Amino acid sequence: MRPAGYLLFLALLPLVLNDFWLTLVATRALILGIIALSLTFLATYLGVVSFAQATLAGVAGYTIAYFGPNTVGVGFELPFLVSIPLALILSTITGGAIGLIARQSRGIYAIMITLAIGVAFFYFTRQNYALFNGWTGFSGIRAPEIAGVSLRDPAALYLLSLGTAALAMVLVAGFVRSPMGLSVQAVRDAPGRLLALGIPVTTPIVTAFAFSGFLAGSGGILNIWYQERISSFSVGLGPIIDILIVSVIGGLRHPSGAFVGAVVFVLLDTFAVDLIDRERFNTLIGAVLLLIVIVAPNGLQQLAKDGFGRLRQSNSNATE
Amino acid sequence: MNTFKTAVSAIALFAVAGTASAADIKVGVISILEGAFAALGQDGIRGAELAVQEVGGKVDGSSIEVITMSSDASPDSAVNAARKLIEQDGVDLIVGPLSGSEGLALRDLSKSYPGVTFINGSSAAQDTTLRDSSENFFRFGGDGAQWMVGVGNYAYDELGYKSVAVIAEDYSFPYTQVLGFMAEFCSAGGKVPEKFWTPIGNKDYSSVVYSIPQDVDAIFVALGGADAVNFLTQYNQAGGDKPIIGGSITIDQSILDSKGPFKELLIGAPAGTPTVSDYDGEEWAAFAASYTDAFPDGFSAPSIFAHHYYMAAKAAMLALDEVDADLSNDQAAFRDALTDLTFVTPTGGMMRLDENRNGIVDNFVTEVFEREDGSLGNRVVKVIRDVDQLLGQDKETFLAAGPVSRDNPSCP
Repeated sequence: MRPAGYLLFLALLPLVLNDFWLTLVATRALILGIIALSLTFLATYLGVVSFAQATLAGVAGYTIAYFGPNTVGVGFELPFLVSIPLALILSTITGGAIGLIARQSRGIYAIMITLAIGVAFFYFTRQNYALFNGWTGFSGIRAPEIAGVSLRDPAALYLLSLGTAALAMVLVAGFVRSPMGLSVQAVRDAPGRLLALGIPVTTPIVTAFAFSGFLAGSGGILNIWYQERISSFSVGLGPIIDILIVSVIGGLRHPSGAFVGAVVFVLLDTFAVDLIDRERFNTLIGAVLLLIVIVAPNGLQQLAKDGFGRLRQSNSNATE
Repeated sequence: MNTFKTAVSAIALFAVAGTASAADIKVGVISILEGAFAALGQDGIRGAELAVQEVGGKVDGSSIEVITMSSDASPDSAVNAARKLIEQDGVDLIVGPLSGSEGLALRDLSKSYPGVTFINGSSAAQDTTLRDSSENFFRFGGDGAQWMVGVGNYAYDELGYKSVAVIAEDYSFPYTQVLGFMAEFCSAGGKVPEKFWTPIGNKDYSSVVYSIPQDVDAIFVALGGADAVNFLTQYNQAGGDKPIIGGSITIDQSILDSKGPFKELLIGAPAGTPTVSDYDGEEWAAFAASYTDAFPDGFSAPSIFAHHYYMAAKAAMLALDEVDADLSNDQAAFRDALTDLTFVTPTGGMMRLDENRNGIVDNFVTEVFEREDGSLGNRVVKVIRDVDQLLGQDKETFLAAGPVSRDNPSCP
């Protein structure tokens, strides 16, 4: 059981990493990975690149903020046992609604529609004060406490994120093997044939988007506990592009690429400032991303796979 | 072999990243070093560095290291920058941030890090210190309302404006600026029949331009940078001719130097600001001289951001000196020293803090004038000393008015 071995290794990381590495690198990468997973899932199995994943994560995050403890005096407090499922339900419904809107678009048109939805949501949160508190957004959000331990504690949040990430991967694997998951892949491969057989394509598309809304929403909830705040900037063009970058450098061929991409992205984002003049760090980030896209057009995950494959081959050649 | 190389380079990367310096006291400075504000944010860094250079990078034998970090004007990025400075670089103090909502975010963050002292840079939202203030968050400067003190009375008494429309950007800092203007203007008897809130970076102001009531005497424009240029250009092209009243960042030298017929509108326009780049006070001349000496490639004179980051870092240096650079016991002695600190500011006033750790400051009312060569400049018409955050009002009534927002204050 290799995945279990990896998981055990990762679960033991809090014993060796300090709080900085655990929270600002490992936990952040896991959370970003979960949100990006919702995109790589859509890209891999439905063949649609969606720019609205930051919006879906934002819907869940804003729900937690509005119905939770915050310091801006907007919204009212509900117990976490109510607000967490509510956040997941809302992000799932929003995902389904986006799928319904974008159901007839593929390729560049799907990108345009989802981008428009994402940007519209961004401007809406910035202008609306009754629900989203505009530019300033929500701050002072606290994660729930279980038996006196705050889920924001470095080890607790890390383990929770790790568990969620593992569960998300299991759910994705299960979903794609289910009858619905198979029809989703059929829509990707031959929508025309499916229609000719009399199978409607709307249901698989909406379901796939709703499922990705659920994944993005669970990442969004973890993200707001990690950030302890949310504002229009959290759903703006910056995060939208970050999620895309994470997915692209990880590779859109396999959903787990999201986590590979997230680790690379977070390391780069955190340490570029230390490697180069503090006013020029964005240049370094851009250059490295460009290099990755040129050297590994199918993402780092694919590159590593190919690399290992070749290594194994040359080893077996040597023993002959 | 390749695997080996990859491993070595990965280790090298972390070795560089993990290098900790041996300075005794680390000061993290957060400013905006990317995007539209980058040039101004850079000037903030210069201000903080100047204060550290003045003490020779050492206080009582303890060396001081300045570590800068960039944000992008969003509260989220300021929080990330602060987290990295604290958790990775291990800073003892943070100086910053630059803009309003970033300050509110760091105020909240500071409650999670009681072992670190936060000294505000130039961010000027009111509630950063007024409501929900944080024990370890200090502001050696004013808020946006303090920066407008004097303008409301000047507009009503000297210029005779009785009714003014407001156009401002839709976030915490302009709200505070509008409060500062309206507090005086409304209590003097003026009316503000209409307020227009526009998103930052808005390009098309035509709907606002044509909605401005015809019977107002002037317009109070609290927009910054390109937004102000865009609005003034479109207002002028539409035939608008009402006099302008400026916010603290509306009428800066870059707008006065830009081309366009809208400049006619600006001549005589009053504005409120804590920093006048060519102020002729003695202390300011000395400050400007040491600024240009230290940074020959900087601006021709310190900007509002250099001024405020300088005051923040200077306060830190003075308080460190007072406690012999002793930051033990969760910086308790250092914070007491900061709380009781008084020093002469570059504008010649006496800086001290109120009970919410907010500065009591000097403010200027300026006016745009035409030089003999046809270029425009700002000149000081009034200096108001000792402006506090309550704008001279009784604390209870001031707090009872509630937090600033789109609809508060109101006097239609």
